Amino acid sequence: MAAPSTHAQAYAKAVAAKRHQLWVGLLLLGVCVLLSGRVAEVSFTKFFDNIGSFTSYISRISHLESGQWVLSDPAEWFWGWKKWLALMGETLLMAYVGTVLGAAGALVLCFLASKNMTDHAWLVFTTRRLLEFSRTVPELVFALIFVVAFSLGPLPGILALAIHTMGALGKLFAEVVENIDMKPVDGVLATGGNWLQKVRFAVLPQVASNFASYALLRFEINVRGAAVLGFVGAGGIGQTLLEVIRKFYYADVSALLVLIIGSVMVIDGLTERVRHRLLGQEDRS
Amino acid sequence: MSAPSPASARTTVLRQRYGAYFQPFYHGRLRALLFALVAMAVFVFGLHRLDVSYGRLVGGLGELAAMVVRMLPPHPGSASLAAVYAYAMLETLAIALLGTLMAAIVAFPLGFLAARNTTFNRVVQFLARRSFDTLRGVDILIWALIWINVVGLGPFAGVLALFMSDLGSFGKLFSEAIEAADDKPVEGVLSTGGSGVSAVRFGILPQLLPVLLSQVLYAFESNTRSASIIGIVGAGGIGLVLSEQIRTLELQQMAFVILLIWATVSLIDYFCSRIRFAVIGLRAL
Repeated sequence: MAAPSTHAQAYAKAVAAKRHQLWVGLLLLGVCVLLSGRVAEVSFTKFFDNIGSFTSYISRISHLESGQWVLSDPAEWFWGWKKWLALMGETLLMAYVGTVLGAAGALVLCFLASKNMTDHAWLVFTTRRLLEFSRTVPELVFALIFVVAFSLGPLPGILALAIHTMGALGKLFAEVVENIDMKPVDGVLATGGNWLQKVRFAVLPQVASNFASYALLRFEINVRGAAVLGFVGAGGIGQTLLEVIRKFYYADVSALLVLIIGSVMVIDGLTERVRHRLLGQEDRS
Repeated sequence: MSAPSPASARTTVLRQRYGAYFQPFYHGRLRALLFALVAMAVFVFGLHRLDVSYGRLVGGLGELAAMVVRMLPPHPGSASLAAVYAYAMLETLAIALLGTLMAAIVAFPLGFLAARNTTFNRVVQFLARRSFDTLRGVDILIWALIWINVVGLGPFAGVLALFMSDLGSFGKLFSEAIEAADDKPVEGVLSTGGSGVSAVRFGILPQLLPVLLSQVLYAFESNTRSASIIGIVGAGGIGLVLSEQIRTLELQQMAFVILLIWATVSLIDYFCSRIRFAVIGLRAL
């Protein structure tokens, strides 16, 4: 019975080769981790010596100036709610306007970046590199630059969000467009339709719900992003948050965090429901 | 009167069954129009409220164009400065690697707690999920500010900040992946008398590991981007260099650093997708 043993041998050999690969990979990773630990100044003694200040920070932000727990006096905790709600509203509006602008840009560019919609390979290549650049550079970097050019306020923040959104959505949109069924496109072209009619009647009906779903997801991400743009002076609630963190107004820190996390969660829930409905429509058709 | 032809009989049946599709879509059209109007109105209100005026936009764009001209050509300044930037970039990579890895290691067991099919208690599962949501809800820059209070300025605070926000997203992604795992292998292991632990080891893990690895690799790429901005609040990495250059308007050097970030992120992206395909093969396509 030579066959079973050769099978077993072959199996053992294959497994051994895989194991060997795994060990080499882990060894490489280990070396990288050690180097990184050195470069990033990781120090566990510092961590464990100071971990007390993390817990005490958490405890301090959950107590009012009077020493009471924050929930015992919500009115005192959220003393600035009028101002803060207005700032949060401004943040949401920034995210919305930025998303709309970015999605509009992505809608235009995604057709140029799809191989099945554009005849010129160079156009696809250039558009893709442009989109890639807009999403690889972090939006905070754009915000830093735009704050110098457009001066402080929500405008640079909106533009930074819009550019980043354009890059991220443009890529996703183009992927959707490249995966469409081309038969309707052929149909429209066969009846003498032009490029615009092709897009409107053959492509958009296939991709609209996916586009909307991605745009909503991006809106959700942009709400988080808009909340910290204020750190570099680009509008929204971030500036106030940075101020209260730097000035050690502990109870205000937790109030603002609760406000931001709460808003993000509400937006998450709403967009998720709408997205499920949109994608459900897709499945039915 | 002749009997209705078979075709028109079928049309009648279709009409009865799908009457709505034979009517013009006034209702749907009206709703879409209304939705578009509301969306436009919010957009216009946003522009007004956020003080986005034509004049500011045009003035800012002019300023931006002048800045872009002054950025060219990107130049590191001197060889020693180039070395400083390279080290800062290395620090950024180290922060991203350590933060991602630590979060993945800690999130792995917690993911099982937060997954419906492997948790031992519904309350624990619910609490785990909510904790992940909270961790994710706080932006990485805010985590960085909090950790700076604990371990001081420097890259270690950045590692911890990345760890916190990644723990939230990994926890969610991992538990969703565990819930999506096919439970037939688990039944197989249990039916041959395997324990719960071996059901997880031989039933779930083989399905899970490629998915998790791919998620971790994706996260590493996006974390490289995050790690390059946390320096703006003082948590190490190249962000500090960047924000200093913008403040002092060293635009050529700034352009060099932005290109450096872009190239590094693209490189990481390339390597991550290589590793992903090497490990999970073409299944992901």
